[in-house]
Amino acid sequence: MNNTLKDLLEEKRSVILTKWFDSILDTYPADDSGFLKKQKDRFLNPIGHTFTNGIDGVLGGLISGQDVEESASFLNDIIKVRAVQSFSPSKAMGFIFALKKVVREELKKEIRQNQINEELLGFESKIDDLALFAFDIYAKCRDQLSEQKTEELKRMTFSLLKKANLVSEIPAQEFERKDLDFNI
Amino acid sequence: MAPKVKLPKPGELSIIDYSLPATDWMDTPVEFKPNTFCWGAKGKDLETLGLPNARDWNPSEEDWKLPENWEQTVLDGIAERLSKYRSFKIFMDICVRCGACADKCHFYISTGDPKNMPVLRAELLRSVYKRYFTKSGKLFGRLAGGRELTVDVLKEWWSYFFQCTECRRCSVYCPYGIDQAEITIIGRELLNLLGLNINWISGPAAACYKKGNHLGIEPHALTGIIDSMCDDIEDITGIRVNPTFNRKGAEILFVTPSGDFMGEPGIYTCMGYLMLFHELGLDYTWSTYASEGGNFGFFTSNDTAKRLNYKIYAEAKRLGVKYIIGGECGHMWRVLNQYMDTWNGPADFLEVPKSPITGTVFENAKSTKMIHISEFVADLIKHNKLKLDPSRNDHLKVTFHDSCNPSRGMGMFDEPRHIIKAVCNNFYEMPENTIREQTFCCGSGSGLNASENMEQRMRGGFPRANAVRYVQQKHGVNMLANICAVDRAALPALMNYWNPGVEVAGVTELLANALVMKGEKERTLDIRLNDLPGKGGNE
Ligand code: SF4
Ligand code: SF4
Repeated sequence: MNNTLKDLLEEKRSVILTKWFDSILDTYPADDSGFLKKQKDRFLNPIGHTFTNGIDGVLGGLISGQDVEESASFLNDIIKVRAVQSFSPSKAMGFIFALKKVVREELKKEIRQNQINEELLGFESKIDDLALFAFDIYAKCRDQLSEQKTEELKRMTFSLLKKANLVSEIPAQEFERKDLDFNI
Repeated sequence: MAPKVKLPKPGELSIIDYSLPATDWMDTPVEFKPNTFCWGAKGKDLETLGLPNARDWNPSEEDWKLPENWEQTVLDGIAERLSKYRSFKIFMDICVRCGACADKCHFYISTGDPKNMPVLRAELLRSVYKRYFTKSGKLFGRLAGGRELTVDVLKEWWSYFFQCTECRRCSVYCPYGIDQAEITIIGRELLNLLGLNINWISGPAAACYKKGNHLGIEPHALTGIIDSMCDDIEDITGIRVNPTFNRKGAEILFVTPSGDFMGEPGIYTCMGYLMLFHELGLDYTWSTYASEGGNFGFFTSNDTAKRLNYKIYAEAKRLGVKYIIGGECGHMWRVLNQYMDTWNGPADFLEVPKSPITGTVFENAKSTKMIHISEFVADLIKHNKLKLDPSRNDHLKVTFHDSCNPSRGMGMFDEPRHIIKAVCNNFYEMPENTIREQTFCCGSGSGLNASENMEQRMRGGFPRANAVRYVQQKHGVNMLANICAVDRAALPALMNYWNPGVEVAGVTELLANALVMKGEKERTLDIRLNDLPGKGGNE
């Protein structure tokens, strides 16, 4: 990445992160209490903490020009959360593209002065790469949810029972007969 | 590196509809999204339990097949409960909207959905109460916070009362002691008047009513299962354990949740009970009739819970035991500790539990005559009555999850920790604001540990998993211990999703690993029949 853009991003890093964070939180139901933004304790607000940490890591990776794989763990943390929050896939993953919007807004002046356009396109194409990578993670998370359902069933029907064929269904009518009542 | 493809322009992609329905919470109907709700109760199970409006139904369908005049049924149900339970009336009246409970619920924390704030969850019911049962609400309706009872409101109740695990974390922070779990319990009772239970609750409750336990294990199957566990114990220790069933005249009746009979890792905890009691030479018996400590009736209605609970004292009486020991379970203890005595007591045919090994009299169980396995074991350890080799657990780095019911419900914080510290050399606490009375729920309690709502469970358990992750990263924790059968069933999936590499075990399983039994062979296997690292196994 050209130094000009890199310097600009570094310089505006904190405001970019704040705006990016806010745009992610805008995808949650309207909540006057502002809890997800305000609660800073990482254990009392794991969503806020995961996102703050995660986007910082992702942006850091983009600025320093790392391969997308390097940002995987940060992306992974965010996407795991998004994948279990009833979002449609596009809404769950939209946060990555939201970064483009935030950066363009923050660098409005520089873009207008035509200083960084080339670099910006390069930067945005890296965001696209990241998004593709992120979709893989998202799909994996969703697959995992389905697999877990099957695994849970397997764990529950412990092999003992299958081995001995020990459980049977009493038909409902049979149960209704009083002779099954225990005498206590 | 991912291949480059042409993606839509940033401008296009970042225009995603983030806006939310600009309606008041009262007017925003619920949506039933797959993976986030449980299947509806089956007609045959409701019939078995003698519950109203028995029919098959599907929550995601428009028509819930409600009985005629259902509104009146619900309103009558509210009226009845207002006169029967003083607490309910008070909880409906005294909330001052201080907000102290608002951000304490794991479902709110992990969704940001305001209707998951405990105060608003209560308001779902309170608004209807106001409209029909208070003067101001009758006169001013909505202006006074009142709301008509409609099908949409009913569906909202169903969604949010089956999105509360009755964990009571919120009530710890309420200055008035308003207990949202009780409001949920009543909300679910009202829904049950219309046949609106979930399958995961009514199925096990019906099985329990028919066969004595949630899993529908019949007597011969239960003895078979335990026998097979004894075979494994023999392989591990070289000792043959010979438990008895339905034995009259035994000193102690042992009752545990049926989750310990089937399914991993619950069965390992059960093997632990067998080994411990054998080693102590305890005069105890299992029952194939009172073969369930848990009580899914508790998530249905007071009456159903009472009926399912009845068999425990009845069996204790039939067998002529002196008192009862109960295994590791969560809601089972809430029921035994807080309800059983009132429902089916007084158990005056039993004696105050006294440990035959240490002589300790458990005055705390003076009335119920039933003690928790962890108090029994902690007392043994305190009196140095067990020979333990904690190094057998050296490959484990353990943390402890306080299950909501034993911790907040009955104040059991120290006993399990006392045991873990005696049987493991590596124990690490999770952060203070996530344990003991402030513990975060597993996200699957109160009958919500079905599989079809996996997504809901994973987010509900996120605050818990997030705290586990902290100790996993900081100390290399690889074992999440607990004293609850639902935890043992539900937490493996939670760990698999959020913290791969962390396994789940009952405290008694860890105890059994460390327990040095008289005449045992050199142990090379752990209770799961895996090689014991550093003990001659292949690691
Ligand atoms: S009882 Fe637990 S699950 Fe229910 S509202 Fe309170 S904190 Fe949430
Ligand atoms: S803490 Fe108690 S009084 Fe305050 S809003 Fe919650 S339920 Fe109401």
